[in-house]
Amino acid sequence: MKHLPLWLTVFLVLLPALGRSAEGDYGYPISGSYEATILGTPDALKPVLPRDVPIRELVLEPLPDLEKPRVFFYDKGLRCSFARQKTRAPLVFLIGGTGAGHNAARMVSLTRALYGAGFHVIALSSPTHPNFVINGSASHVPGDLAGDAADLHRVMRTAWEKVRDDIEVTDFALAGYSLGGTQAAFVARLDEQQRSFNFSRVLMINPAVNLYSSVERIEALLDGIPGGPRRIGTFFNRMLDRFVEFYQTGQFIELDDEFLYAIYRNRLVSQAEAGALIGLTFRVNSAGMIFAADVMTGGGYIVPKNRVLATTDSLDDYFQVGVRLSFFQYFDEFFLPAMRARRPGLTREALIDSLSLRSIEPYLRSNPKFAALVNEDDFILSPADRYYLRDLFGERTRVYPRGGHLGNFEYTENMAAMVAFLSRTDLPGGTAQ
Amino acid sequence: MNTAPFRICTLLAALFLLAQLVGCAATPPLRSHEEPPMHTLAEFDDEKIAHVDDPWERFNRRMYTFNYNLDQYLFLPVVNTYEFVTPKFVRTGVSNFFKNIGEICTLYNSVLQLRGKKAATTTGRFLINSTIGLAGLFDPATSMGLKRQNEDFGQTLGHWGVDTGPYLVLPALGPATLRGAGGIAVDTSVHIPLIDEVDLDSQVELGVDTLKGVDKRHGQSFRYFQSGYPFEYSVVRFVTRKKTELAVIK
Repeated sequence: MKHLPLWLTVFLVLLPALGRSAEGDYGYPISGSYEATILGTPDALKPVLPRDVPIRELVLEPLPDLEKPRVFFYDKGLRCSFARQKTRAPLVFLIGGTGAGHNAARMVSLTRALYGAGFHVIALSSPTHPNFVINGSASHVPGDLAGDAADLHRVMRTAWEKVRDDIEVTDFALAGYSLGGTQAAFVARLDEQQRSFNFSRVLMINPAVNLYSSVERIEALLDGIPGGPRRIGTFFNRMLDRFVEFYQTGQFIELDDEFLYAIYRNRLVSQAEAGALIGLTFRVNSAGMIFAADVMTGGGYIVPKNRVLATTDSLDDYFQVGVRLSFFQYFDEFFLPAMRARRPGLTREALIDSLSLRSIEPYLRSNPKFAALVNEDDFILSPADRYYLRDLFGERTRVYPRGGHLGNFEYTENMAAMVAFLSRTDLPGGTAQ
Repeated sequence: MNTAPFRICTLLAALFLLAQLVGCAATPPLRSHEEPPMHTLAEFDDEKIAHVDDPWERFNRRMYTFNYNLDQYLFLPVVNTYEFVTPKFVRTGVSNFFKNIGEICTLYNSVLQLRGKKAATTTGRFLINSTIGLAGLFDPATSMGLKRQNEDFGQTLGHWGVDTGPYLVLPALGPATLRGAGGIAVDTSVHIPLIDEVDLDSQVELGVDTLKGVDKRHGQSFRYFQSGYPFEYSVVRFVTRKKTELAVIK
């Protein structure tokens, strides 16, 4: 609002109102999958959310007697966000996407929206977030959907134990985005087997269908780097130089959304470069995950085996190495051996197959408590994946024409759809407690 | 209070000496009981990402942790109490008040850099906010289209070609650069005689200084180690360095 010129704001606000009649007139304004992913939703097109939502941080110990290396001295336990209604209300658990913390911007927005709609909310970091790898993951090796689901479920039960005396809950629901959306399906299935929360609604926002193929598609974005993915550092530095030069010439004071939109308007970044920047962001997150996983399992991958890191030791080299390792390297060199250690004889193909919604298809198919929000131009899905999600949930899979990966997450219409589905009472689902 | 600038300079000088003594912190070589990892930096032929020279890293990381503890046990409890007991409009007024005094710093530094437009804008802001804005409690200047500018002596030094210098994490004040730290020392020593001019009772002065500190921490959303990202230190260092460089450009 304050960042955009007034005429642009007005234009953007009017857009969705103009075209309500046909389904083809979806009002999210940013076309281009990568652009939408990077720019997100302009402030003027976000819903007005309640201001003073009492969000407090819970610190949990889902794995008692956990020994933490000294280098994580600042880590006091698994952190999650909790927004509490004063009256009887349903409770929603949220699961963040790859690398997202419980307090990531999207998590906070959805928490506020749901709180405003009368829900209690507990928001959990992604199992790929270092804080979760350290405190929440029994194996400390994230990426296995069944294992991650067991970890998430344990964390949810721990959180519930902590708050159950303070709140009155009618029933439970579950929502997650990106990887968190895929995980939500596995958590729901595990939960039904354990007869624990019995989630009445499960919402998957821009989920992956098959983790391995989504990862392949994300890795492919880095092919846009001149000289290939192994020149990721050079690429980052050249892009940075370009932005600094642009900053120098323009009338900018703050490095904010206005600057970001100006980069977009001035076409400073090519398609290939925009894609590579997204791929780079994923790599930066994965570097933190790999480091945490390596240290928690004794090292040997990027940290020397048996090294006791002091709090004053430089970690730069581990960062530089972590960013340069592809997901495939993590998969083949770290993840697969760790899985094999627990499941002897496990083949690579069997592991890949297990990392897919297809592996729990009988449970998911036509299950009325599930819904999915999908974008037509989301680069983590193939056309076949999108078709599969439609086929799986029928009209409860909504496909938006634009938005990239999560770019339209905070768009008014999308947030309304999220809240609306989790509030639906007309569908058969889990029984209220 | 006139010895204060001297004391600050002494403290900074001592810090620099200490930092020099502590030395640099490259990744240490393998010890006998350690085994090399599968991947090391040696296998990649590429520029480093977001690299910033940090010859005093060991000292800086220690100070980063020290600040974290200072936050946990002193600053944040005080700030939380402050936010709990004062209504929002009071906090905004307090912030505006100190920012208005801060315009003086921006003003003389704009002049020292021969930036006429910035100096004029800042003068306008200071006059409007000090009068119509009731001694700076309100900020009508912004709504009149006079955007707050930002200059300090560190930027002035940068403007005249003084190198940024090594990255330096200051106790309590947080991430900075050597040049920025020198700038803070100078701006503080200008600020203190200014306050002395007002001739406040020393008790009141102490109260004002404390409130200023609380307001400053209240205005910063940064929390040490809050991200949970293991390489937060490196990211903060990179952002601090870039911001320092960009501030001089503008």
